Amino acid sequence: MANALIDFILVSVALLAIGIYGMAVKRNAIRMLFGIEMIVNSANLNLVAFSRYIPNSQGQTFALFSIAIAAAEVAVGLALVIVAYRMYRNIDIADFRSLKG
Amino acid sequence: MVDSVFLALSVLTIGSAIAALEIRSLIYGSIALMLTLSGVAGFFLLLDAPFVAMFQLSVYVGSIAVLILFTVMLVRRELIFNKVEDKRRRYAGIGLMIVLMLGIGTIIIGSGLKTMDTNSPAVDYKKIGEDFLTYYSPALIVMALILASSIIGAMTLARREDVIDGQRAD
Repeated sequence: MANALIDFILVSVALLAIGIYGMAVKRNAIRMLFGIEMIVNSANLNLVAFSRYIPNSQGQTFALFSIAIAAAEVAVGLALVIVAYRMYRNIDIADFRSLKG
Repeated sequence: MVDSVFLALSVLTIGSAIAALEIRSLIYGSIALMLTLSGVAGFFLLLDAPFVAMFQLSVYVGSIAVLILFTVMLVRRELIFNKVEDKRRRYAGIGLMIVLMLGIGTIIIGSGLKTMDTNSPAVDYKKIGEDFLTYYSPALIVMALILASSIIGAMTLARREDVIDGQRAD
């Protein structure tokens, strides 16, 4: 193959680092969800890359499961953002300090 | 050596990932996130995994990105452009990102993965379908239940209890 396994893993590391940066710095709840999405995608890229180079179909199967679970997680996360926005009229996570109902 | 398609895809993915976090407007940010996810789908195509690539396109680009766009449109206009963040925290975050990239990068380059290459044919996607329906079928059912329950949970969370007959109580 033209591309080696290590190239894909380096791209995945870059995506992971950017996602962690977004999680650490951003105070906007939706932007933090972006960071989570990038981290999940870098993990999926790793799974598929290893499944191509080993080669074994289990990596792709796990990537499919992981994508489906991430979809569920984003649906719940966005619903939480909407509830918090309705409660505080803001999506800044510094305002979400009190978790009372 | 990498080819030009790989280079273009990695520039697109990394660049739009940075743009998704740094562009001022959240709407353009979510469109940039869409580009990132499509770039990852392109990597899946390069890795001879067309089934996962199409799944990624339909689930991430098709549904999650649209869901995020709708949520962004539900919040107030000035919040979409709001960018309150600590300067020192931001520099610390950039430093953390660079340290992570260089640290994990050098560890991976120094490991034995560098010599790993394959000439064997790609995994047939029919094998994945077979696996799903035979060995992984209990997991598939559990995944379907998780999806259903998470959607019910999201709907329950986002439901308004103060709306009665179309009139807001507040």
